[in-house]
Amino acid sequence: MISSDLNIVLPELILAAFAMLALMFGVYTKKDETAPVITWATAGVMIVLGLWIAFSPMANRDAFNGAFVDDGFSRFAKVLMLWASAIMLLLSQDYLRRNDMFKFEYPILIALATLGMMMMVSAGDLMSLYMGLELQSLALYVIAAFRRDSLKSTEAGLKYFVLGALSSGMLLYGASFVYGYTGTTNFAGIASTIQAGEHLELGLVFGLVFLCVGLAFKISAAPFHMWTPDVYEGSPTPVTAFFATAPKVAAGGLFARVMFDAFDGAQADWTQIVAFLSLVSMFLGAVAAIGQTNIKRLMAYSSISHMGFALMGLAAGTEAGVKALLIYLAIYVVMNIGTFAFILNMEKDGRPVTDIRSLGQYSKQAPGRAAALTVLLFSLAGIPPMVGFIGKLYVLRAAVGADMAWLAIGGAIASVIGVFYYLRIIYYMYFGEETDGLDGKMPGLHFVALMGAAALMLIGIINPFGLENYAALAAQSLLN
Amino acid sequence: MDNLLSIVTFLPMLAALILAVFLRGTDEAAQRNAKILALVATLATFVISIAIYTEFDPSNTGFQLVEEYEWFGGLTYKLGVDGISVLFVLLTTFLMPVVIGACWSVNERVKEYMILFLILETLMIAVFCALDLVLFYVVFEAGLIPMFLIIGIWGGQNKVYAAFKFFLYTLFGSVLMLVAMLAMWWDAGTTDIPTLLNHEFSSEAFSLMGFQIVGGLQTMLFLAFFASFAVKMPMWPVHTWLPDAHVQAPTAGSVVLAAILLKMGGYGFLRFSLPMFPVASELLATFVMSLSVIAIIYTSLVAMMQQDMKKLIAYSSVAHMGFVTMGIFAMNQQGLDGAIFQMISHGFISGALFLSVGVIYDRMHTREIDAYGGLVVRMPAYALVFMFFTMANVGLPGTSGFVGEFLTLSAAFQVNTWIAFLATTGVILSAGYALWLYRRVVFGDLIKESLKTITDMNTRERLMMVPLVVMTLLLGVYPALVLDLIGPSVTHLVENVQSALPETVSAVASAPSH
Repeated sequence: MISSDLNIVLPELILAAFAMLALMFGVYTKKDETAPVITWATAGVMIVLGLWIAFSPMANRDAFNGAFVDDGFSRFAKVLMLWASAIMLLLSQDYLRRNDMFKFEYPILIALATLGMMMMVSAGDLMSLYMGLELQSLALYVIAAFRRDSLKSTEAGLKYFVLGALSSGMLLYGASFVYGYTGTTNFAGIASTIQAGEHLELGLVFGLVFLCVGLAFKISAAPFHMWTPDVYEGSPTPVTAFFATAPKVAAGGLFARVMFDAFDGAQADWTQIVAFLSLVSMFLGAVAAIGQTNIKRLMAYSSISHMGFALMGLAAGTEAGVKALLIYLAIYVVMNIGTFAFILNMEKDGRPVTDIRSLGQYSKQAPGRAAALTVLLFSLAGIPPMVGFIGKLYVLRAAVGADMAWLAIGGAIASVIGVFYYLRIIYYMYFGEETDGLDGKMPGLHFVALMGAAALMLIGIINPFGLENYAALAAQSLLN
Repeated sequence: MDNLLSIVTFLPMLAALILAVFLRGTDEAAQRNAKILALVATLATFVISIAIYTEFDPSNTGFQLVEEYEWFGGLTYKLGVDGISVLFVLLTTFLMPVVIGACWSVNERVKEYMILFLILETLMIAVFCALDLVLFYVVFEAGLIPMFLIIGIWGGQNKVYAAFKFFLYTLFGSVLMLVAMLAMWWDAGTTDIPTLLNHEFSSEAFSLMGFQIVGGLQTMLFLAFFASFAVKMPMWPVHTWLPDAHVQAPTAGSVVLAAILLKMGGYGFLRFSLPMFPVASELLATFVMSLSVIAIIYTSLVAMMQQDMKKLIAYSSVAHMGFVTMGIFAMNQQGLDGAIFQMISHGFISGALFLSVGVIYDRMHTREIDAYGGLVVRMPAYALVFMFFTMANVGLPGTSGFVGEFLTLSAAFQVNTWIAFLATTGVILSAGYALWLYRRVVFGDLIKESLKTITDMNTRERLMMVPLVVMTLLLGVYPALVLDLIGPSVTHLVENVQSALPETVSAVASAPSH
């Protein structure tokens, strides 16, 4: 029994064991000089685990009395998160080295955060949900404050920690309600209790709402987004880049997991909440970003808006909606990898630059990179023929199909507003006044990531690499 | 030639790729090579597109030269032309070499400039060929990107404002269309345009937030599509992006914008609004025709007061597009024939007018009307060409401008005399602003010091004008060239629309309207 359970959580176990071994290795050897080795090893382990999960035969299993679920949905999310984390980890090396913070703990913390995320998307019980969530969050709090001697970074870390703790508290409060009214923490048990009842009891509604609030905070959906711009701005750029990718997938996956596995019978109740979160996020992200000149803050608002769109898929409450959510998240992650590969290298005289005005006439300085960034920005804006449009197409289609045309129209209008600030960056690069320019260097790895992501955004419209089929299988496994 | 349409569509894109990958350097030779390659590519595209004309069978009202491949997610890559779209494809391929010719005087970032125009050509042809809703949307929208960059990078003084306004305005209209398209996808279960043309969308009235929506789903879908095409067209009162975009765009950009991009709106009405939502079209026809008449009169008056030549021609474009929408929503054979004819003819005439402005702008670097006068003294050939297109713009019989205006007006007359009556004043007003412009620029004494050394059109400029003059004259004296080609398809369309109407519209109209 135990051995078969352990077999199911083997990928997580391996990652956990690796993280601890790497910690020991770091402590007992020459400390920070081992950082590159550990980074590469961590990324390697993640990529291999991702491959392993991707190519293991389809199965729908659970372990530890349903506390841990291994199905197509969790696998889709896990592969995405593992690879995104690995790529982001590799991309952060140069920046960390240049800014004297390449410590061996960094890759280990990323590995632990990823482990937490893997637990999140596989959670089948409120306990395992909380365990995964906190493992991820604690690691993220630490890396947000990774630049110890910077006021902004420590402030970001502290802010994130305090607000994160608050949201965890609310989530726990909601979980306690749910437990109190259903008598179980197991998702399947909760679902069957809800199904058995005539209508949702008031206490369960409270529980549901508090759970949603906690999850909305983690996915940075408005109106629980307040931490996002400050944390994005204050954290070291590689950390921001990491925040914008894998944790978003994990939070989105967890949200869908809880709603469909535990509250399937109360769909009419939670789709309202999610639709509200979605609409507010899309508009807030679009409007608030207009005034930003700091590219990291801008990306923070952009991520709020994008999470609004992703939640639109969830709000539909259908299989098509979950599929759309997964497709959206996958495309979003690729776009962000490319964009942050660029942002990580925005430097002037060896110092990081975050002001978008410094990009004045960048297209003359580096036409290739400017073109690639332009493609990515149009993709983020959801303009066809870039792949970002496919993500929007799927979520809008899911919303229209679920009789939520108003949400789709709202999203469409928000996306037009949102286009403005992406265009503004393009405006600086192509039409703007010439400024001092940026340092010309770009490490090969970043160049490949930037160009590769841009190429994917263009080629993907011809055929999005079978992404649709994988997402469809994943959505199917979540709903059945 | 099984893939004729794909070849025509993607040949310019291929040339753009070759330019992007293989052309290095920014010296004069490289710039020249870029221009020559672009010219050769567009000419080759035109030559191949003649095969479309020869293979096309006008008597067949269905889609021809159809290609279909699976795309993703249940979508298809499907191209095809019928009588309504085939001429727009030919118009595009015909005009693009002229447009590239108009780029010759540009010498900044030439390679990128050529790449953008070539990509734009691919997207424009694809818009007119696309037979899948989502494919149509993708190429329709994608065209914004190159145009945004063309205006923004190579534009005039106030280019940033114009580029942003152009992009956001047109995008706003289009996203509503996207939502409508998705609703159609769910409703009909397919995105195949030929299938959708035969799908009957519900026109049963329903109430939305207390409002009774007459025409039901069809009205909602119609309005969403209308938002997109009316902006693109552009119709009054959502035309304000056009003068800005035209004034700031470089000459070649203005030509593409006026000659081809504006036609996408009219094409959209013909391809989607009319055949797919006949009941809603019938219900809203008077509304659209009224807007068209307002556009014709109001923008003509506005045009009269302009100080900037490009702005004047831009407003005149809006007025001429008013005739197009009026003809389309007259919903009879003459109206649709006239609308298509007017669009084709306006493609040549407005393109030529913007080229004419470009000719003197290249020499004097100003578009102020006051800066000119008496050009006929130094530029007789230019005066002749400009005269010809001014007359064509006015709608002088013998030029193609006349046929379109006459057909749309007589079509409107059958439907609503008042609308026809008011719209006809637009013809007089157009004579007013066009001839006044001509007088101020070309006639009078050549007193301005700066104009005394101005040179007449050079060979390249003359060569660019020749095909446009020929086509304007040819279509003016022998309109059957166009009308025979589009006739059967238009008849088929009108019959379909009318057959979908009688019982439904009377049912809707007799429904209690509270």
